[in-house]
This record gives sequence, structure tokens and C-alpha cells, in this order.
Amino acid sequence: MRSSKTAAVVAALSLVVGISAGCSSGSSSSSNTLTYWASNQSTSLDADKQILQPELDKFQQQTGIHVNVEVIPWPDLLNRILAATTSGQGPDVLNIGNTWAASLQATGALAQFDDATLAKVGGRDKFIASGMAATGAPGQPPAAVPLYGLAYGLFYNKKMFADAGLTPPTTWQQLLDDARRLTDPAKSQWGLGIEGASYTEGAHFAFMFNRQNGGQPFGPGNKPQFDSPQMVAGVKQYVDLISSGVVNPSDAEHVNDTDMDGEFASGKAAMIMQQNNATATLKSDGMTEDQYGVVPIPAIDPVPAGGAPVSSIVAGIDMTAFANSQNLDGALKFINFMTSPDEQKILNSAFGSLPVVPDAYSDPRFSTPLIGAFRQVLANRAEPMPQIAQESQFETLIGNAVKDLMAQAASGQKPDDNAIKARLTTANQQMPAGG
Amino acid sequence: MTSTLSRPSRVNPPSAERRRRAVKWFPYLLLVPALLAELLVHVIPMLVGIWMSFQQITQFTLRNWTRSPFTGLNNFKLAATLSSPVGQQLLHSFLITIAYAAIAVVVSWVLGLTAAVALQKPFPGRGVLRALFLVPFALPVFTAVITWRFMLERDTGIVNWLLVDVLGVTDDRPFWLVGPNSFISITVVMIWRIWPYAFLTITAGLQSIPDELYEAAEMDGAGPWQKLRRVTLPMLRPVNRVLVLVLFLWSFNDFTVPYTLFGASAPPQADVLSVHIYQSSFVTWNFGLGSAMSVLVLLFLLVVSLIYMGISGRRTRNAT
Repeated sequence: MRSSKTAAVVAALSLVVGISAGCSSGSSSSSNTLTYWASNQSTSLDADKQILQPELDKFQQQTGIHVNVEVIPWPDLLNRILAATTSGQGPDVLNIGNTWAASLQATGALAQFDDATLAKVGGRDKFIASGMAATGAPGQPPAAVPLYGLAYGLFYNKKMFADAGLTPPTTWQQLLDDARRLTDPAKSQWGLGIEGASYTEGAHFAFMFNRQNGGQPFGPGNKPQFDSPQMVAGVKQYVDLISSGVVNPSDAEHVNDTDMDGEFASGKAAMIMQQNNATATLKSDGMTEDQYGVVPIPAIDPVPAGGAPVSSIVAGIDMTAFANSQNLDGALKFINFMTSPDEQKILNSAFGSLPVVPDAYSDPRFSTPLIGAFRQVLANRAEPMPQIAQESQFETLIGNAVKDLMAQAASGQKPDDNAIKARLTTANQQMPAGG
Repeated sequence: MTSTLSRPSRVNPPSAERRRRAVKWFPYLLLVPALLAELLVHVIPMLVGIWMSFQQITQFTLRNWTRSPFTGLNNFKLAATLSSPVGQQLLHSFLITIAYAAIAVVVSWVLGLTAAVALQKPFPGRGVLRALFLVPFALPVFTAVITWRFMLERDTGIVNWLLVDVLGVTDDRPFWLVGPNSFISITVVMIWRIWPYAFLTITAGLQSIPDELYEAAEMDGAGPWQKLRRVTLPMLRPVNRVLVLVLFLWSFNDFTVPYTLFGASAPPQADVLSVHIYQSSFVTWNFGLGSAMSVLVLLFLLVVSLIYMGISGRRTRNAT
């Protein structure tokens, strides 16, 4: 009896603790070796490694420094970085999603790119200004530098548009009208495809459409204002895509972009709102670049007072050094190498992303109309996500709210303004707890 | 006349004494590696988790988390204040988890018992069936649950193909991965995953029931149902006692099934505690709050386990 009781208690304790127990990882490096955590940018981890390895070999030839690369899937990357932050045992160089920059900066785990450090990777002016805007909180030395540029665009199927006698939309209303014209559920054909179950996508679109409606997610003193009328209108603009019948309700299940890209490539969706790295996925899905066009995601017209025709976040991947690196000089040399114009041409061309240094655009591979459209978006129509330490909480709370509302809309219950506001108020009230 | 025979006293040489002492301690010595591993893998992380629940560990203090500010019971207050959204959502998640775990345990146990009893007597093909039943338990969880995810997709999943296109149960294709049905999905997948364990354990338990008991019951005129009620179930009581507890703890705490099925953020209807706490710690970077939630769950399971073992132990004693 006693032993079984004890066994039960031990079993209970063991199982529960599994939830909160952390882990540690990482490695220390000598002056001739660097550990690099790369994010997954192409269709698979192996494909990424095959793209990166020749460049790492080139770096070794130039500097004698060997780079051990590990390509980490997106769902694991942040956890790995947080684990490395707590243990102090991390890589020397790592990629981060640029929306995490300010949150990770607050931990102090990343190197600070003050002017002297920036000079070692080519100086601030080496990089395109919009990219530098998403490298940490304003007024502080950046916590990273840009590596791969990404922006949202509206991908449209040229043939479907031509067959319907349509031109790409320039206003949100035109987008809805075109989508309606191109929707034919009987043929499993829908005007637009979305990634309804992705909370990060939900947060991005809530941010963009909130800005179009004149709102800001945070007020003075970084006070959250997630349930403002502007945010309600912005979220409604996105969620109503399902309610209005131009999106397949099943898209509310899409957790990642591969499903959505696949539907666009197979002609089941006439348009998708995606970042430029979708070009690589579409290519592997058998869709060539001449079969689709890209225009900025249209904004509501007219834009209300205080609003801006924001059609993208300043998306992308930053590169940084771990503050605990034993080989910070080597790490900075490597960052300088990876952000050099020559490497930017090779890497961004392979990953379908945008160079973050202006000099790389002299390459003809980046003079195509497609790249031009994304460059224009990034230069004129993009704003960075809030560069504050609480950004990750914002993304989670708002993203989950949008995801839940999407599921509700998909089941046929169109969320009205009150329902949206109530859900956003809950998210808003959770914010102080997260801070 | 009496004579006393005295047995010569044997004095143990010191070396024999040492040997006996060494033999006495040897089993404990063998346990040391296991105890150390237990300490490292379970006890220390658990104590650290409890300590973390009293600290304010967010992005601002994460790097030097061992020197993070002490925040007393604040994390617990935040998690347990039912008037706040954080507390309400934790309670919601708790109730969802209780319901899901309870259904999973009951159904898995019934399935396991039925299958084990059905396969108790030898017949051709019994080994094949036993192996087949154990497949879900033998498959890697991630692969198996990803397959379930494909099966549950609204447009292309085999579940809707069967329900809508073949059987015509409903015209409207239901959602299984979002909305209210997500609760059914997670429960079914969990049952599929754990019932083979119930089957395996009960099958093992059945081996220890002597055939004489069944023969005696038959002579008393007992039918199959009577034999199950009067012989099988009472004899299985010690096995069931541990089995039910283990099934409950597994399903209550499982992280892989909901995470693989729904991703980092589960639908509200399937927002079980493991994923909820993960969200509260790793995604919103509030590890103190996440740890406080874990400790509350720990306390709950501890109380449930103790009460359960106390009650079921008393019943077992009364029965014997």
C-alpha cells in the first residue's frame, strides 16, 4: 500500500514537472570555429544546409574560421534561443525573426550593435533603412542586423484574372469584388486563400489593417489598446474575408503557408496574401513566375484620418551574435560576410527573399518586376511591428484572438463588432499579466 | 545428574562481518545510479519549477533568471484569480482537461478490458490481433498524430470523406481541427493512443487469474457476464488500480498529442492544460506564471492521486 502510494505520488510529480522543465543547449567555440543557428528559409532543413554550406566553405577559405551550421525549424527556434539565454550556452551567431528583435533585446542575450560594432559589419548605411527599423527598440543600439528581407504582397493568378477580364485590385473593395467574381465553390475555386489557423499571420494582418484604420496597438507608455475601434475594424476586415464567402472556410484550418501556397499553385485560390519567400514554394509546387503577378495588398479607400495604406509589416530575418560568444570578433566577421553584397545576391536568390543591402540590387536577378513589387512595398507601404519588449505577447494574444474569430466565422457564425471587441478586450486585459 | 551441553560459541572473524555488512549495503549501492538519475531528471527540475513559480521571470530577467526578483504569491494570485481573464482561461482549460482525461480513461479502459477478455482464450489469429491492437502504442507519437491531422482535415481528410461522401451522415463538411469538434478530435486521438496500454496491462493481469476460479464459477452456473463480474474484475482490481491512475496522469499531462494536432495554440474547445501552460510560459515569455500554473496542476494531481490511492486501497483491503 505504502509503496504503491509513493509510486503514484512520484508518478504524478514526474509527469507534471515535465511541463515546466527546461533544457539547455549550445556550444562553446574556439577562435577558429563558430556555431551558427540558421533559420529554415527554404522547403526543408536539408535544402537550407545545401544552400548555406558552399558559402560557409567560402568563408572558411577567406578567414580560416570553420562554421558549424545547424538549421533549426521555425517552431523550435525561439525555444532554443530562450533555452540558450537561460543557460548562457548558445551559438556564436544566430538568425532571429525580426519581430522578436526587441523582445530578445530585452533579455540582454544578444550582442549590442553600437556604432563601433556596426562598423565591423559594414556600418549602418550598408543596410536598407527599413530593414534596420526592425532590429530592436528605438533609442537603443540595435540587437541585430538584417539578413533576409521579406514583405507581404498580393499574389494573383494571371490566367484566372485574364479569363475573368479583371485587372489586379488597387483598393480593398476591388479585392473583395474580384475575389467574389473568381469564387466558384462548385468547382472548388475560391477568390482568396488565407492561413486562418496561424496566430502569427493573424497578428500580422491585425497590425496592418489596424494601421490602415488609423490605430496603433500600443498607446503612450506602451499601454496596450488592442480593443480600440480601429483594431476592431482591422480585425473585422480580415475575419470578414471568410464570412463574405470569398475564402474557402476550410482555410480556417491552415496552420502554415504550404497548404495555402499549394492551393494557389493548383488554381484553387485565385489570390493569396503572402511574403516574397512564397516564390520558392510556388516554384517547387510547379508554378512558374510568369503564371502569377504581385501587387501591394490593397488598402481601404479612403484611408481614415490617422491611418496609412500599410500593406505589409517589415518582415524578415535578422542576424546577430550571442552576447556570451567566446569568439565575438569571428562572429562579426561572419555576419559581415553574410551581409556582403555578393553573399546577399547568392543567398536571397536561393531563398526567394530580398537583399538587405542596396548594392546587391545591381544583380539582374533582383531587377525583375516581381522583386520590384516587393521592394516598393518594403520601401513605401511597410511598417515594422511594434519594436517593444512586449511584442511577443502582442503577437500571441492578438494572433490567438484572430484565430478563434476565424474559426467562429468558418463555422458560419459571423462575428459582429461586439463579439470582436469582447475577444480583443480579453486579450488586452491579459497583456499586463504578460508584461 | 544433569549434564549441560554447551555449544561452543562461534566468534565471527572480522572479515566475515565486513562481508555481511557489504552484502547488506550492496543492493542500496546498486540503487545509487537510479536514484541519482531520478534526482537529476525529476526531483531537481521539479524543485526548480516550484522555485520559479515564486519568481518574476520574464524577458527582462530571463538571462539572469537565478537572480530574478522574488514575487511571492503574485504568480499564483494571477493564475487563480477567477475574475481575471488569466484565471478564467486557466479554469476553462482545467475543466476541458478534466473532461477530456476522464472520457479518455473510461473509454480506453473499457476498450482495453473488452479486447483483453475477448482475446483471453486461445484461437487461431489471436497473436495477430494482439499485435494489431498494440500498433498505436508502438508507433512514434508525432508520426501517428500527424497522420490523424491529415485524416481530420475538412476538405481532404478521410474522416469527412467517410462521413459525408460515403455514408452521407451529414451534408455539411464538419470541422475537426477548429471549433467545438476539436474536443472530440483530441479525445478520440488520445483514446486511440492509450487504449493499447490498457489492453496490454489487463491482458497481463488476466494471465495471473487461475483457471480453477473460472471452472468453479462455471460449476456454480455462472455465465460469461457473471464470470466477468464475479471473477475477472475483482481479480483485476490491483491491476486496474494502478492502470486507471496511470491512464489519467498520461492523458491529463500529455503535450505531444494536442501540440502536434493543433500547433502551439490549440482551439479554445481543446485548450488542454499542457498546451495552455506552454503558451503561458514559452510563447508569452512569462515563465514564473507558467511555473505557478504547473505547480497548481501538480498540487491538484497530488491530491487526486492520494485520495484515489487511499479509497481504492481501502476497497482492495475490504475485498480481501
